Amino acid sequence: MIEPNVAGGVIGGALIGISSVLMLLLLGRITGIAGILTGVITWNKADGLSWRAAFVIGLVLGAVLYQIFVGPLPMDMQAGTPVLIIAGLLVGMGTRLGSGCTSGHGVCGIARRSPRSFASTATFMLVAVATVFVTRHLLS
Amino acid sequence: MKSAIAALLCGIIFGLGLTISEMVNPARVIGFLDVAGEWDLTLMLVMGSALIVTVVGFPLITRKAHPLLAEKFSLPTKTELDMPLISGAVLFGIGWGLAGLCPGPALAGLASLEPGVFLFVAAMIAGQFIGLRLERVLA
Repeated sequence: MIEPNVAGGVIGGALIGISSVLMLLLLGRITGIAGILTGVITWNKADGLSWRAAFVIGLVLGAVLYQIFVGPLPMDMQAGTPVLIIAGLLVGMGTRLGSGCTSGHGVCGIARRSPRSFASTATFMLVAVATVFVTRHLLS
Repeated sequence: MKSAIAALLCGIIFGLGLTISEMVNPARVIGFLDVAGEWDLTLMLVMGSALIVTVVGFPLITRKAHPLLAEKFSLPTKTELDMPLISGAVLFGIGWGLAGLCPGPALAGLASLEPGVFLFVAAMIAGQFIGLRLERVLA
Protein backbone atom coordinates (compact mmCIF):
# COMPACT_ATOMS: atom_id res chain seq x y z
CA MET A 1 0.00 0.00 0.00
CA ILE A 2 1.15 3.54 -0.75
CA GLU A 3 1.52 5.76 2.31
CA PRO A 4 -1.69 7.85 2.38
CA ASN A 5 -1.60 11.60 3.00
CA VAL A 6 -3.79 11.38 6.11
CA ALA A 7 -3.52 14.96 7.43
CA GLY A 8 -3.70 16.54 3.97
CA GLY A 9 -6.60 14.31 2.99
CA VAL A 10 -8.67 15.02 6.07
CA ILE A 11 -7.98 18.78 6.15
CA GLY A 12 -8.31 19.20 2.37
CA GLY A 13 -11.51 17.16 2.32
CA ALA A 14 -12.97 19.29 5.11
CA LEU A 15 -12.14 22.45 3.12
CA ILE A 16 -13.96 21.01 0.08
CA GLY A 17 -16.95 20.26 2.33
CA ILE A 18 -16.85 23.74 3.89
CA SER A 19 -16.72 25.37 0.45
CA SER A 20 -19.77 23.36 -0.66
CA VAL A 21 -21.68 24.20 2.53
CA LEU A 22 -20.90 27.91 2.13
CA MET A 23 -22.03 27.88 -1.51
CA LEU A 24 -25.37 26.41 -0.45
CA LEU A 25 -25.73 28.77 2.51
CA LEU A 26 -24.81 31.94 0.60
CA LEU A 27 -25.91 31.31 -3.00
CA GLY A 28 -28.26 28.37 -2.61
CA ARG A 29 -26.25 26.49 -5.23
CA ILE A 30 -24.74 23.03 -5.56
CA THR A 31 -20.95 23.08 -5.92
CA GLY A 32 -20.66 20.93 -9.01
CA ILE A 33 -17.51 21.88 -10.87
CA ALA A 34 -18.60 20.28 -14.17
CA GLY A 35 -21.88 22.22 -14.16
CA ILE A 36 -20.17 25.45 -13.13
CA LEU A 37 -17.73 24.99 -16.03
CA THR A 38 -20.61 24.45 -18.49
CA GLY A 39 -22.18 27.75 -17.38
CA VAL A 40 -18.90 29.55 -18.05
CA ILE A 41 -18.02 28.02 -21.43
CA THR A 42 -21.54 28.59 -22.79
CA TRP A 43 -21.31 32.19 -21.55
CA ASN A 44 -24.81 31.92 -20.10
CA LYS A 45 -25.37 35.51 -18.95
CA ALA A 46 -29.04 34.89 -18.18
CA ASP A 47 -28.27 32.43 -15.40
CA GLY A 48 -25.41 33.38 -13.10
CA LEU A 49 -22.35 33.73 -15.32
CA SER A 50 -20.58 36.01 -12.83
CA TRP A 51 -20.65 33.73 -9.77
CA ARG A 52 -19.67 30.72 -11.89
CA ALA A 53 -16.74 32.54 -13.50
CA ALA A 54 -15.72 33.89 -10.06
CA PHE A 55 -15.75 30.36 -8.62
CA VAL A 56 -13.53 28.99 -11.40
CA ILE A 57 -11.09 31.89 -10.97
CA GLY A 58 -11.09 31.19 -7.21
CA LEU A 59 -10.39 27.52 -7.83
CA VAL A 60 -7.24 28.35 -9.79
CA LEU A 61 -6.33 31.11 -7.32
CA GLY A 62 -6.52 28.61 -4.43
CA ALA A 63 -3.96 26.45 -6.21
CA VAL A 64 -1.80 29.54 -6.89
CA LEU A 65 -1.90 30.41 -3.16
CA TYR A 66 -0.84 26.85 -2.36
CA GLN A 67 2.18 27.29 -4.63
CA ILE A 68 3.09 30.61 -3.00
CA PHE A 69 2.73 29.52 0.62
CA VAL A 70 3.26 25.75 0.63
CA GLY A 71 5.27 24.66 -2.38
CA PRO A 72 5.04 23.34 -5.93
CA LEU A 73 1.80 21.56 -6.82
CA PRO A 74 2.19 17.81 -6.45
CA MET A 75 1.36 16.69 -9.99
CA ASP A 76 2.65 13.50 -11.53
CA MET A 77 0.89 13.13 -14.86
CA GLN A 78 -0.19 9.56 -15.50
CA ALA A 79 -0.93 9.69 -19.22
CA GLY A 80 0.62 10.92 -22.46
CA THR A 81 -0.84 13.36 -24.98
CA PRO A 82 -3.26 11.08 -26.91
CA VAL A 83 -4.69 9.53 -23.73
CA LEU A 84 -5.08 12.95 -22.07
CA ILE A 85 -7.08 14.19 -25.06
CA ILE A 86 -9.33 11.11 -25.15
CA ALA A 87 -9.77 11.20 -21.36
CA GLY A 88 -10.60 14.93 -21.41
CA LEU A 89 -13.22 14.42 -24.13
CA LEU A 90 -14.79 11.54 -22.17
CA VAL A 91 -14.81 13.50 -18.90
CA GLY A 92 -16.40 16.51 -20.64
CA MET A 93 -19.06 14.48 -22.46
CA GLY A 94 -19.74 12.22 -19.50
CA THR A 95 -20.16 14.98 -16.93
CA ARG A 96 -22.53 16.82 -19.30
CA LEU A 97 -24.72 13.81 -20.11
CA GLY A 98 -24.52 12.52 -16.54
CA SER A 99 -25.26 15.95 -15.03
CA GLY A 100 -22.28 16.01 -12.72
CA CYS A 101 -18.92 14.81 -11.50
CA THR A 102 -17.11 13.91 -8.28
CA SER A 103 -18.08 17.19 -6.58
CA GLY A 104 -21.68 17.67 -7.73
CA HIS A 105 -22.77 14.03 -7.39
CA GLY A 106 -20.09 12.60 -5.12
CA VAL A 107 -19.89 15.27 -2.41
CA CYS A 108 -23.06 17.40 -2.72
CA GLY A 109 -25.61 14.97 -4.20
CA ILE A 110 -24.91 12.24 -1.68
CA ALA A 111 -25.34 14.78 1.15
CA ARG A 112 -28.75 15.62 -0.38
CA ARG A 113 -29.55 11.88 -0.46
CA SER A 114 -30.26 12.19 -4.20
CA PRO A 115 -30.87 8.74 -5.73
CA ARG A 116 -29.40 9.99 -9.02
CA SER A 117 -26.19 10.99 -7.27
CA PHE A 118 -25.86 7.64 -5.47
CA ALA A 119 -26.32 5.84 -8.81
CA SER A 120 -23.91 8.16 -10.64
CA THR A 121 -21.19 7.99 -7.98
CA ALA A 122 -21.37 4.19 -7.71
CA THR A 123 -21.24 3.91 -11.51
CA PHE A 124 -18.30 6.23 -12.19
CA MET A 125 -16.31 4.80 -9.25
CA LEU A 126 -16.76 1.21 -10.42
CA VAL A 127 -16.07 2.07 -14.07
CA ALA A 128 -12.94 4.06 -13.12
CA VAL A 129 -11.65 1.17 -10.98
CA ALA A 130 -12.31 -1.23 -13.88
CA THR A 131 -10.58 1.14 -16.32
CA VAL A 132 -7.47 1.34 -14.15
CA PHE A 133 -7.49 -2.46 -13.73
CA VAL A 134 -7.55 -2.88 -17.52
CA THR A 135 -4.86 -0.27 -18.26
CA ARG A 136 -2.54 -1.07 -15.35
CA HIS A 137 -2.87 -4.84 -15.06
CA LEU A 138 -4.37 -6.40 -18.18
CA LEU A 139 -2.71 -4.25 -20.86
CA SER A 140 0.66 -3.58 -19.23
CA MET B 1 -21.52 41.49 -6.99
CA LYS B 2 -21.81 40.08 -3.45
CA SER B 3 -22.54 36.63 -4.83
CA ALA B 4 -19.52 36.80 -7.16
CA ILE B 5 -17.23 37.68 -4.23
CA ALA B 6 -18.75 34.87 -2.16
CA ALA B 7 -18.23 32.42 -5.04
CA LEU B 8 -14.63 33.62 -5.50
CA LEU B 9 -13.88 32.94 -1.82
CA CYS B 10 -15.61 29.54 -1.98
CA GLY B 11 -13.57 28.73 -5.10
CA ILE B 12 -10.35 29.63 -3.28
CA ILE B 13 -11.31 27.39 -0.33
CA PHE B 14 -12.19 24.57 -2.75
CA GLY B 15 -8.89 25.03 -4.64
CA LEU B 16 -6.92 24.94 -1.37
CA GLY B 17 -8.82 21.78 -0.40
CA LEU B 18 -7.93 20.06 -3.68
CA THR B 19 -4.25 21.00 -3.40
CA ILE B 20 -3.76 20.36 0.34
CA SER B 21 -5.40 16.95 -0.08
CA GLU B 22 -3.19 16.29 -3.17
CA MET B 23 -6.28 15.47 -5.23
CA VAL B 24 -4.77 17.61 -8.01
CA ASN B 25 -2.19 14.85 -8.33
CA PRO B 26 -3.31 12.23 -10.87
CA ALA B 27 -0.94 9.72 -9.21
CA ARG B 28 -2.95 9.95 -5.96
CA VAL B 29 -6.23 9.46 -7.82
CA ILE B 30 -5.02 6.51 -9.92
CA GLY B 31 -3.45 5.11 -6.75
CA PHE B 32 -6.89 5.02 -5.14
CA LEU B 33 -8.58 3.54 -8.20
CA ASP B 34 -5.88 0.87 -8.55
CA VAL B 35 -7.34 -1.56 -6.02
CA ALA B 36 -5.29 -4.45 -7.41
CA GLY B 37 -2.03 -2.49 -7.16
CA GLU B 38 -0.43 -0.53 -4.34
CA TRP B 39 -3.66 0.94 -3.05
CA ASP B 40 -3.65 4.57 -1.84
CA LEU B 41 -6.62 5.41 0.37
CA THR B 42 -6.08 9.22 0.42
CA LEU B 43 -9.03 9.90 -1.93
CA MET B 44 -11.32 7.97 0.41
CA LEU B 45 -10.20 10.15 3.35
CA VAL B 46 -10.83 13.30 1.27
CA MET B 47 -14.30 12.26 0.20
CA GLY B 48 -15.17 10.97 3.67
CA SER B 49 -14.03 14.18 5.31
CA ALA B 50 -15.89 16.35 2.77
CA LEU B 51 -19.03 14.24 3.17
CA ILE B 52 -19.03 14.54 6.97
CA VAL B 53 -19.18 18.32 6.54
CA THR B 54 -21.84 18.33 3.79
CA VAL B 55 -24.02 15.57 5.27
CA VAL B 56 -24.23 17.52 8.54
CA GLY B 57 -24.34 20.99 7.00
CA PHE B 58 -26.75 20.64 4.06
CA PRO B 59 -29.93 19.69 5.99
CA LEU B 60 -29.35 22.55 8.45
CA ILE B 61 -29.18 25.01 5.54
CA THR B 62 -32.05 23.77 3.35
CA ARG B 63 -34.35 24.17 6.38
CA LYS B 64 -33.94 27.94 5.97
CA ALA B 65 -36.46 29.87 3.85
CA HIS B 66 -33.79 31.14 1.45
CA PRO B 67 -30.00 31.41 1.09
CA LEU B 68 -28.29 34.52 2.51
CA LEU B 69 -27.42 36.14 -0.85
CA ALA B 70 -30.17 34.81 -3.13
CA GLU B 71 -33.95 34.74 -3.21
CA LYS B 72 -34.25 30.98 -3.38
CA PHE B 73 -32.34 27.70 -3.41
CA SER B 74 -31.51 26.41 -6.92
CA LEU B 75 -31.33 22.67 -6.42
CA PRO B 76 -31.67 19.81 -8.92
CA THR B 77 -35.21 18.40 -8.88
CA LYS B 78 -34.85 15.25 -11.01
CA THR B 79 -35.07 11.96 -9.15
CA GLU B 80 -35.44 9.27 -11.84
CA LEU B 81 -32.47 7.19 -12.95
CA ASP B 82 -32.29 7.47 -16.73
CA MET B 83 -29.95 6.42 -19.51
CA PRO B 84 -28.13 9.77 -19.93
CA LEU B 85 -27.29 9.74 -16.20
CA ILE B 86 -25.82 6.25 -16.24
CA SER B 87 -24.15 6.39 -19.67
CA GLY B 88 -22.67 9.78 -18.73
CA ALA B 89 -21.28 8.32 -15.49
CA VAL B 90 -19.76 5.43 -17.48
CA LEU B 91 -18.02 7.79 -19.95
CA PHE B 92 -16.83 10.01 -17.09
CA GLY B 93 -15.54 6.96 -15.17
CA ILE B 94 -13.49 5.78 -18.18
CA GLY B 95 -11.96 9.24 -18.67
CA TRP B 96 -11.26 9.64 -14.96
CA GLY B 97 -9.57 6.24 -14.82
CA LEU B 98 -7.47 6.93 -17.94
CA ALA B 99 -6.03 10.29 -16.81
CA GLY B 100 -6.64 10.44 -13.05
CA LEU B 101 -8.18 13.89 -13.55
CA CYS B 102 -11.74 15.08 -12.97
CA PRO B 103 -13.07 18.62 -13.55
CA GLY B 104 -12.13 20.26 -10.20
CA PRO B 105 -8.52 19.06 -9.97
CA ALA B 106 -8.01 19.67 -13.71
CA LEU B 107 -9.06 23.33 -13.40
CA ALA B 108 -7.13 23.91 -10.15
CA GLY B 109 -4.16 22.08 -11.69
CA LEU B 110 -3.89 24.75 -14.41
CA ALA B 111 -2.02 26.76 -11.77
CA SER B 112 0.89 24.32 -12.16
CA LEU B 113 1.29 25.45 -15.82
CA GLU B 114 1.78 21.75 -16.68
CA PRO B 115 1.06 21.48 -20.45
CA GLY B 116 -0.73 18.13 -20.06
CA VAL B 117 -3.34 19.71 -17.78
CA PHE B 118 -4.05 22.47 -20.33
CA LEU B 119 -4.49 19.80 -22.99
CA PHE B 120 -6.88 17.84 -20.75
CA VAL B 121 -8.93 20.96 -19.89
CA ALA B 122 -9.18 21.95 -23.59
CA ALA B 123 -10.41 18.44 -24.46
CA MET B 124 -12.81 18.49 -21.48
CA ILE B 125 -14.35 21.77 -22.69
CA ALA B 126 -14.69 20.34 -26.21
CA GLY B 127 -16.26 17.24 -24.64
CA GLN B 128 -18.81 19.34 -22.77
CA PHE B 129 -19.83 21.06 -26.02
CA ILE B 130 -20.24 17.64 -27.66
CA GLY B 131 -22.27 16.55 -24.61
CA LEU B 132 -24.53 19.61 -24.91
CA ARG B 133 -25.13 18.80 -28.59
CA LEU B 134 -25.91 15.17 -27.71
CA GLU B 135 -28.34 16.29 -25.00
CA ARG B 136 -30.27 18.30 -27.58
CA VAL B 137 -30.37 15.37 -29.99
CA LEU B 138 -31.52 12.94 -27.29
CA ALA B 139 -34.14 15.31 -25.86
